[in-house]
Parts: sequence; structure tokens; C-alpha cells
Amino acid sequence: MVPVEPTPGVVATEAALAAIEVLTHDRGPMMFFQSGGCCDGSLPICLGDGELIVGEHDVLVGHVGGCPFYIDHRQYEAWKHTQLILDVGEGEPEGFSLSAGEGRHFITRSRVFDDDELRAREPRASPEAVAHKPKLSRRS
Amino acid sequence: MTLTTEPPSTPTPTSSDVFVAPGQPGSIVQVKARYENFIGGKWVPPVGGQYMANVSPVNGQAFCEVARSTAQDVELALDAAHAAKDAWGDSSLTERAAVLNAIADAIEANLEMLAVAETWENGKPVRETLAADLPLAVDHFRYFAGATRSLEGRSTEIDKDTIAYHFHEPLGVVGQIIPFNFPLLMAAWKIAPALAAGNCTVVKPASPTPWSILKLAEVIEDVVPPGVINIVTGPGAEIGKALATSPRIAKIGFTGETTTGRLIMQYAAENLIPSTVELGGKSPNIFFADVMDEDDEFLDKAIEGLVLYAFNKGEVCTCPSRALIHESIYDRFMERCLARIEKIRQGNPLDPATMIGPQVSSQQLEKIASYVDIGAQEGAECLIGGERSHLGGDLEGGYYFEPTVLRGHNEMRVFQEEIFGPVLAVTTFTDEADAVRIANDTLYGLGAGIWTRNGNLAYRMGRAIKAGRVWTNCYHLYPAGAAFGGYKISGVGRENHQMMLEHYSQTKNLLVSYSTKPLGFF
Repeated sequence: MVPVEPTPGVVATEAALAAIEVLTHDRGPMMFFQSGGCCDGSLPICLGDGELIVGEHDVLVGHVGGCPFYIDHRQYEAWKHTQLILDVGEGEPEGFSLSAGEGRHFITRSRVFDDDELRAREPRASPEAVAHKPKLSRRS
Repeated sequence: MTLTTEPPSTPTPTSSDVFVAPGQPGSIVQVKARYENFIGGKWVPPVGGQYMANVSPVNGQAFCEVARSTAQDVELALDAAHAAKDAWGDSSLTERAAVLNAIADAIEANLEMLAVAETWENGKPVRETLAADLPLAVDHFRYFAGATRSLEGRSTEIDKDTIAYHFHEPLGVVGQIIPFNFPLLMAAWKIAPALAAGNCTVVKPASPTPWSILKLAEVIEDVVPPGVINIVTGPGAEIGKALATSPRIAKIGFTGETTTGRLIMQYAAENLIPSTVELGGKSPNIFFADVMDEDDEFLDKAIEGLVLYAFNKGEVCTCPSRALIHESIYDRFMERCLARIEKIRQGNPLDPATMIGPQVSSQQLEKIASYVDIGAQEGAECLIGGERSHLGGDLEGGYYFEPTVLRGHNEMRVFQEEIFGPVLAVTTFTDEADAVRIANDTLYGLGAGIWTRNGNLAYRMGRAIKAGRVWTNCYHLYPAGAAFGGYKISGVGRENHQMMLEHYSQTKNLLVSYSTKPLGFF
């Protein structure tokens, strides 16, 4: 049986990768931490690598442009059915995050994993857990 | 944020009632081309000579420049604060309370001007800034003027000849980082108790909203001793960090997101100083079946209670962004709520008839849209809204989003993360235990709302919900004197109450022996 390569938990757009390349060139290695809560809570916070002390229970979701991307373990539980897509948006960042270039900020977009991806990522997930198929629904 | 008393009724507006945009001919708000830092009672240009454009979310246009400060400017502010701290810390309670009351009086005398400035800065409707943000800020300074005079030290008679005296002493100089959602009121929440306890402060306003607090400084500069309040504007990654890591502050207060909250606590740990962090929530607003027992004023209040998710365009840490409705009334209750939501008037926030203005920035707008997208992917049903609003004309460049309701279940990310926009996630519950389970199934615990005609049920629910504030048959009231703060990852510490004076003080214990007898050990 050919092992299924799990879909990565985090990927980056070309714009994000380009911004990371500039940042790491100018300032050295970077790290990302997915934030939560108030104000710019859902944004990824970009910091010099090691600026935030990574805790015992933080989850390393993956790497983007060579930089580690972490999330709080409790937040990971709520987010793990979605792939995080690091992108760049217009406007300066509002918190302690470094900017993604002049007048730009990093943003996390998301995509819901399909059943096959979820199975590959969590081989021990119960069939019930992956049987729930989200469907697009919108009242016009 | 609403008042504890009924806000004044707004007469049906005509076009002449719309406030003129700050800086325009006929406006009650003057705008300078450029603003410097407020340090030591003076306006001080940034050392690096850099400025940044400040944009109004109403139209997306820059309307002034503020200092783009660096760590050197933070040092200047700390110099001024340290120069002022001994005299301010030694001032009598009479003098301190008089200054706090004078600040309140100055704000009140300029209330309409500051309300319009706040609206232009943040985008919140002027009906809110006039009736809530500014009156609450005034009241907050008055509350702490009184609170500090009524705070007593304690003494304990350890034995007949040994007395433990406890005094409150100021910490010295504190750092305070203000969020963008209530630029003036959150500044008042932080500055008033710090000053009341005898501290001097260095304030860093949020990057999207640096200007209205500088207008506030113009109003109070003559009544505050130089150096007691210092304001430095600029990027968080630079000056926020410089302030939070400084070994020259004795405490750091912060409101914002969780990662920066962790950084703040980490920096505080490096300097072994205390921190207060308020980090947001995902507050449940719970409607039991009996709210529909009568079609009366209370039901009307409950419907408004649900629609309050759109208050301040959802940019509130305690936004009631998860509505939990008993399954037996869901259809009937939501029909009434959706009809109310349809009537929300969106537009120029300087128009007193406007109920919802623009989000504070393009980033926030983009984030909200990304969440509605995730909700759709997860199978949430969009009951109303869901799109950016295009208002045309002068407002087309502003950051407006339709009041939105998504129906789904609590495991969806739109139920688990603070969207900070006018987006309500709604679901049903079966019974009291189910309501408690769903309400507490969240990382956060800042606010919650309970709506029922049954006082016993309301009490049980209020105690069962793991949140720092449970509004019962009301929501979004923020009177001074009601402690505010989070359970779980919503933060550490409390604001808005006399207990803050303790958080901004050292405890000095004098342990005094009135006995003349030696111990006898040596």
C-alpha cells in the first residue's frame, strides 16, 4: 500500500513567500504564530525567530518559506480541520507583528480539508469524525 | 457599549444633523496637518523625524499625519514620566482626585467635539460616541477620583504591642497599550486607575487609531501635570515592543490579541513586573424559550439584545457573537431578529441616524470576509448579509460590511474565533445543560448574556458559565464599578473597578512593635 502523503497544515501564497524572503534577507530568520482573540486576533503574528518563547504545548503546524508556523494547542483543536494559507493583505499590521513589506500585513486564509485529506492527516481519526462532510450552503 | 441609563432619544434626523467631517469648513473638530507625540506636557517631534498617514475608515482617505516613533521616543516619554512620578506619587488624594475630575470636566466640556473625532477616527456611529463612549469615559475618571479617596489601607493588631499597617504606594511609571476598538474609552479605562493610584503613564495608542487620543490630550493638557500622561504613536512591532520590554516600567497593561498578550507577559517576566492582559472572547448570548412567553417590552429588549452583535460593528471584545437559542422558539425568534437586523441603517457614521459604520481598517474588512468564506466552506447557512457593502459616493472607499448572520454548529470556526466584525454565529440548544455545554465549549471566557424571565434559571446559568462578565437580561452595559476581565485565554486581570487601584499599587507593610522588651535570642 502506498502511504498517503498528508496535505500540509499550512501553506503560503507566492506573495507571502516573497514577503518572507525580503524579511529574512533584511532581518534574519522569522517565525509565525497564529494569533486569536481580540482586535487583529485571527492574524498570524510574524516575529524574529525566537522572539516568542514557544511553549511545551504549542503546535508546530508546518513551515512556510523556511519559517516555523505555530499555533496554541487549544486553538489547533478548533482549527485542525482547516488548512491555513498564509497570504498578504493591504495595510500595516495592527499589533506587534512585523509588516509584510511597506503598507502590507500577513493574513491567514483557510480551506476546509476534504475527507481524504483529513484521513491522511489523522489516520486514527474515527470514521464518524471524517464522515461529516461540510457542504456549501448560502441562502440567496 | 451603552449606558446604564436610557440614552437620550435621537430625533428623526434631517441632512443638516449630519456632523461635518473633521477638518472640513464648518466642522467642530480642527485637524492639524501633522501631530507630534505628547511628552512631558509638550508636543514633541519624533526623534527620527518620521510621520505616518492616518486614515479615516469612513472614506479610506488619509486626513492627517502622526509621529512614526521609534524606541528613542519611548525613552523620551519614560524620561518625562520618571521626572514627574515622585511629585505625582506624593500628591495628596485631594489633589489627585481634583486632577481626575478636571480631566472629566474637560472631556465633558468638549464631548461633542471628541465624539465626532472618535467617530471619524474609528468609524463607530456618532450616536454611540455621543451616548456611550464619551459619557462613559467622563464617568470613568470621576469614578476613580472617588474610588481612590474611598480606598483605605488596613491595619492588623498582631498582638497587643505589634501592629501590621498596610499602605498603598504607587508603582511609579507604567506602560499602557490601547486597542483600536474604543480608542478613547479604553484609554480612560487604563489611564484613570493608573493615575488615581499615583502612577505616571506612557500610553501607546493602537496603530489604526492614534489621533483621537491626541485630540483628547489637547483638551486635557492644561489640567494634567506635565509628564503624568505621555502618548507616543507608532508601529506596535517597534514602539509597543520598546515600551513593553523597557526595564523602566513597573507594570504593563495591554488589550489585544493572544499572541501579543503572550509576548507582553513574556517581556514582563523578563523584567519581573506585573502585567494585565485583556485578550478578547467569543461570547455566547443565550435565549431561553420563555423570552417568547409574552409579546411585550421584555421580548423587544431580548431581540435588541441579540442584534447588539452589530454594536460598534462587532469590534468589541465582548461582542455577543454566538447566539444560542432554544430550539422550540428558534424559528419565531429569529424571524423577529432578522427583521430587526434588516432595519439596521448603515452609512456615514457622522449621521446620527446611522446605526453601523465602517470597520476600522481594510485589514479588518479582509479578515471578516475571510471568515464568512470559511463559514461557507464549513457548511454554515448565511441568513442575512455576508458581503462587503458598497455605499457609493464619498463612502465607497470606506470599509463597510453588511450585518451578517451565519447559522451552524459550535464546532465551526466561525463559532470558535473572534471575527471582530458584524457577524453573528447562531445555533440552537435543547435544554439548560446543553446551553451550558455549548456556552463553555470555547477557548475564551470574557463575556456572556442570559435572557430569561426565570430568575432562578438566570442565576444558575450565570454561575455555570465560565466567563468574567455574565450580563443577565441585558448586554453591552459597561458602567464604572462593574469588574471586567476574562476567564481562560481571555486574559489575566480585571479592569473597570476599584480593585484596579490594588493592581496599580504596591502594598507596603509596616510591621511595628510598640513593646520595649528584647526578643531574648542574643
